[in-house]
Amino acid sequence: MPATFTRHPVEIERKDTGIGGKPPLDRRPTGGGGDGDNWENRPSGRRGPRELLTRYRLGVLFALAGDLMFFVALVSAFFVRQSAGHFDARENYVSDWHPLAVPPILWINTAILILSSLTMEMARRQLFHEIDVMDEWLGLGRPAVKRAAPWLVATFTLGSLFLAGQWIAWKQLVQQGFRYNSPDPSSHFFYLITGTHGIHLLLGVIALAAALGALFILRRIELRQIVVDCTAWYWHTMGLFWIFLFALLVCFQ
Amino acid sequence: MRLRVFTTSHRALGILYLLLALVAVIAGTLLSLIMRLHRIWPDLAVPFFGTIKPEGYLALVTMHGTLMIFFVLTTAPQIGFANLVLPEQIGARGMAFPRLNAAAFWLTALALLVLLAAFFVPQGAPISGWTSYPPLSAVASAGPGEGAGMDLWLASIAIFCLASWLGAVNMLVTILGERRAGMTWSRLPMTVWAWLVTSILTLLVFSVLLAAIILLFSDRHFGSSFFVPRGDLVNGHIVGHGDGSPLLWLHLFWFFGHPEVYIAVLPGMGLATSLFANFARRRVAGYRVMAAMLVAIGLLGLVVWGHHMFVSGMNPYAGTAFALTTMAIAVPSTVEALGWLTILWGGRLRLRTPMLFALGFLSFFIAGGLTGPILAQPALDAYLHNTFFVVAHFHLVMAMAGVFSIFAGIYYWFPLISGRMMNESLGKLHFWITLIAAYGTFFPMHFSGLAGEPRHYERLAGPVTSFSAIAANERGITFSALLLASAQLIFLWNIFTSVRRGRVAEANPWEATTLEWAPEMGRGRVERGPYEYEIPANETIFHPQWELASKQE
Ligand code: HEM
Ligand SMILES: [Cu+2]
Repeated sequence: MPATFTRHPVEIERKDTGIGGKPPLDRRPTGGGGDGDNWENRPSGRRGPRELLTRYRLGVLFALAGDLMFFVALVSAFFVRQSAGHFDARENYVSDWHPLAVPPILWINTAILILSSLTMEMARRQLFHEIDVMDEWLGLGRPAVKRAAPWLVATFTLGSLFLAGQWIAWKQLVQQGFRYNSPDPSSHFFYLITGTHGIHLLLGVIALAAALGALFILRRIELRQIVVDCTAWYWHTMGLFWIFLFALLVCFQ
Repeated sequence: MRLRVFTTSHRALGILYLLLALVAVIAGTLLSLIMRLHRIWPDLAVPFFGTIKPEGYLALVTMHGTLMIFFVLTTAPQIGFANLVLPEQIGARGMAFPRLNAAAFWLTALALLVLLAAFFVPQGAPISGWTSYPPLSAVASAGPGEGAGMDLWLASIAIFCLASWLGAVNMLVTILGERRAGMTWSRLPMTVWAWLVTSILTLLVFSVLLAAIILLFSDRHFGSSFFVPRGDLVNGHIVGHGDGSPLLWLHLFWFFGHPEVYIAVLPGMGLATSLFANFARRRVAGYRVMAAMLVAIGLLGLVVWGHHMFVSGMNPYAGTAFALTTMAIAVPSTVEALGWLTILWGGRLRLRTPMLFALGFLSFFIAGGLTGPILAQPALDAYLHNTFFVVAHFHLVMAMAGVFSIFAGIYYWFPLISGRMMNESLGKLHFWITLIAAYGTFFPMHFSGLAGEPRHYERLAGPVTSFSAIAANERGITFSALLLASAQLIFLWNIFTSVRRGRVAEANPWEATTLEWAPEMGRGRVERGPYEYEIPANETIFHPQWELASKQE
């Protein structure tokens, strides 16, 4: 046994889901503002009603940081490939990169996606509306869910419209003779970038549907908040990624 | 301790990760022994493989490297050990996302299976090395194993990327959000700092590798031309139909590849710091500097990838820039090494097995690290690139340092997991044989390399005399490698017997200060730094982190 060893008072452990028995509001009820009320000083799992939310937000944030690097890699490959050429027999520099004119429908799709971010944000805000949250927390009906659901449905619809629009854009390109494997690298990149982004968005649409279902299934307002909040951050980020990728496809051919 | 399948207990997952690494290391070692035997007796018929053809040799190199780098050195010290003790070390109640964490493990296991499956498909395992440079890796007709085998390789590494990514998200959220009250940044054990940095690196670079893999896969199957240059002639057929750039793959791969080697070695550096402090009963002088240097190494590691490409046809000015950043990374590495020497200097060393292995880690880190700045000179590297000199460099600094840190960790945490001590005399025997055999295996490779022996060549045709001078050297390496591998049987035997019959460990057997050894995980605040040892007064006085700071002090 080590020479100096002290036992410290052990708090009685409560089975706690990290929610903390207080309403999940923005305002922190400090009740006097003493030292003991600073949630950061509490053991984990007892850091107030927002603890789980913070944890999941942080997780989504890091996952998206990794995802960002994925797209950064694709974009840098785009530029490297664009500047790769060769010299022909007469020592002329030839490049096989022919700028591709993006189908005009992409502008509409972009507008739809921006709009969907707005509806998503509306949905998210409903779940943090103080009075409604208080009601739900106390078990007096589900006003927040009622208000958020239509916005989620709207986002879901807009998201699906965006995906459909991308599909149409691909069809149009194929009709013009640009296929994924046509010799032109700019068309590989067009399909690759819109395709990988589309897969991310498809996951987002699935997440939206799941969140919508979860709103009605989950029993605790705290968990309902998490589901919608995390979906929203994912959705916003994908929207932001799209704006950059679209700018790349339009302006940097 | 019983292991349930699909457990979400982080400690059980830690053990599963270590077992997975054990499977991979056994397979990888067997492959390397076959290569070594082949190098000195080229016509020897090996069971399962027969006499080895040149492409067979390449398949062995590829699978050896992939197994060791991804499934041993990336897996065990980082996510393996972190699962074993990270939550306890920061006083958390568990991982932030236990299910995600478990999913990461099962994906890793799946990746390993997919990789090993490459041996059993028609034409066998891929032959393009762990770095998979195109066009060899991009064209199925480029050689045996480049068809189905290469596809499996790509699938396996893609799954591995996803798994590491999930694991890193979980680890980062745990470190950032789940620390016990009072566990401030300057009270984190150095291992936690290292895991923090490696998790960030993992997130950033494995995503890039995944993107590169998708591009390569698309070149192979969907007719794109990202990496294959125009007019590329493979086996009599022109396969290149666009101005693809093999250099692009090199850039993407090494942007991942260099940080990857730090992912493998940083946890060992953190662990060595903890062990040196413990077994020398010293505080860590300049704790903040040591932690900052770990972060600095991680950050600098992101901007040095070009030193793998000096002779690739990259712009020479870029080569100079990368040489500069690479030299810069030697600075924080040196600070770390000096920091360790300061701890050891004048400490009262207790040379128990974990400490011996930590010292071994230090010795390999220095021995292998010294050749780094040599290779970082573009002019010297023009000669040394792709010779055995490079093989010597990275086997000392990455492979052996990494493996020694894994051994140190296992000997150190064994009592924590099994409640028993590992046998000390067997441990010491294991250490000394391994140390000597490891140097015997990898140090002479420098000489082969200087003599011009290239890597990845099954044998050298041409005038018989040209390499006869190094034949003795090669034989020595092979015998040493055999000794090195057989010494590991001592280790396995030690584990096997100690689990059942080892001496029962007392609580906190190493008199350590970090929280994983706390007798109960109460909920008190942490009020002490991680390494409060005090020899000047009395060797047995130390203040564990679970002890409250007393007011009188
Ligand atoms: C001062 C520190 C270091 C410097 C300056 C350095 C420099 C270099 C250079 C220039 C090369 C390329 C040689 C060539 O291919 O021609 C190289 C290869 C390599 N280094 Fe280091 N290195 C350092 C530390 C490390 C560390 C700490 C690790 C691992 C933990 C490591 C692992 C590797 C590996 C795995 C390769 C070979 C990769 C391959 O071609 O398959 N190095 N190093
Ligand atoms: Cu490197």
